[in-house]
Amino acid sequence: MNGAQDMGGMMGFGPVSAEQDEPVFHSAWERRAFALTLAMAAPGAWNIDQSRAARESLHPAQYLAKSYYELWLAGLEKLMAERGLITAEEIAAGKSLQAATPVARVLTAERVERVLARGGPTERVAVTPQRFQVGERVLARNLHPAGHTRLPRYVRGSVGRVTHVHGAHVLPDTNAAGRGEQPEWLYTVRFAAQELWGEAADRTVSVSVDAFESYLEAV
Amino acid sequence: MIARALPNVALSRRQNDMHDEHDHDHDHGSHLTEVELRVRAIESILVAKGYVDPKALDLLIETYETRVGPHNGARVVARAWADPNYKDRLLKDATAAIAELGYTGRQGEHMVAVENTDRVHNLVVCTLCSCYPWPVLGLPPVWYKSAPYRSRAVLDPRSVLAEFGVTLPPDKEIKVWDSTAEIRYLVLPQRPAGTEAWSEDKLSALVTRDSMIGTGLAKSPAEAS
Repeated sequence: MNGAQDMGGMMGFGPVSAEQDEPVFHSAWERRAFALTLAMAAPGAWNIDQSRAARESLHPAQYLAKSYYELWLAGLEKLMAERGLITAEEIAAGKSLQAATPVARVLTAERVERVLARGGPTERVAVTPQRFQVGERVLARNLHPAGHTRLPRYVRGSVGRVTHVHGAHVLPDTNAAGRGEQPEWLYTVRFAAQELWGEAADRTVSVSVDAFESYLEAV
Repeated sequence: MIARALPNVALSRRQNDMHDEHDHDHDHGSHLTEVELRVRAIESILVAKGYVDPKALDLLIETYETRVGPHNGARVVARAWADPNYKDRLLKDATAAIAELGYTGRQGEHMVAVENTDRVHNLVVCTLCSCYPWPVLGLPPVWYKSAPYRSRAVLDPRSVLAEFGVTLPPDKEIKVWDSTAEIRYLVLPQRPAGTEAWSEDKLSALVTRDSMIGTGLAKSPAEAS
């Protein structure tokens, strides 16, 4: 969706402000919000694309106003509420008010190392032929899906060149919508800055995105 | 339990750059308290329901706060500088080459290494969220996740680099990599001059986090001493 998360090319946010010797977390609640988000993926059984979609579904004004871990927390609350794992009344009361919903898995301390080491590889066996080759010119389609997508607005309608082929990967669009992984070929496509931003752009700059096959068409 | 007094830590601007104005409009302490109380309430409910193991939460935090961080990526870069065969493997199949050093897993499942040269400078961003190679760099800094960086790294990377104190020759090619899928990028910075006989250990001390994102360069021997 064309939400506030799709920031490439926006203006007016001011300079990048880097903090010297920045700690990993800035307060105790950030630690817990981070860990809760990772841990709840086990009982919640949601995937990474659903997590991203939950954060992106916030009102743009809220998305921009919230800090990073506040966004994570809002996304987590939404995912949990959708699955009936926790209610707004319970959060307000600060205690459990109804019986737990049976869940298939819980992330125990013993499993943490294994789960992190395994991660969530997204490459799958390709079930369709590879449509584009390295060196080929491709158009980023002018798509505006209402649901989750990973084709940023700033490349839509622009022509780039395939530089890498990464095999078939889980398609975020369908995976976020609960419509399955539907793996597609994934390509890195490089765009000249002048193609994206016009003649005034720096001719020494290019921008690459990783684009799923259905985001692209032959030129 | 959740009403326990909180440390009086102001929600600083460093928490989130895009949050500045919002912060200034509110009382810092009460805002923090509200979020802190909410997270505590949620955790206690989830523990009571048996959905989370508090020891697992502690371990997740400890992992990313103390064990996984840019020192991992610095080992990878130092190895690539010291061993041309390793560098070839890294540029050809970064996931496998990085796994040789034991760095694998979450948010590093599919790695690509991009090499800085005399002609090319690479810069990594995630305009859509905060994609970042956790096994080699740890969790991303606030600025990487912030609106100023995400919006402008793809539009005007030279101005972003200037804000990091990096000024490149005007004819140097800049390749920006927007991490829009599950491929994660590691920049292989240029090896500083005057380090020819250095050991991997010594070299790794020159490799900064920012040099592996592309918003910095590796330190020179003079800067490191």
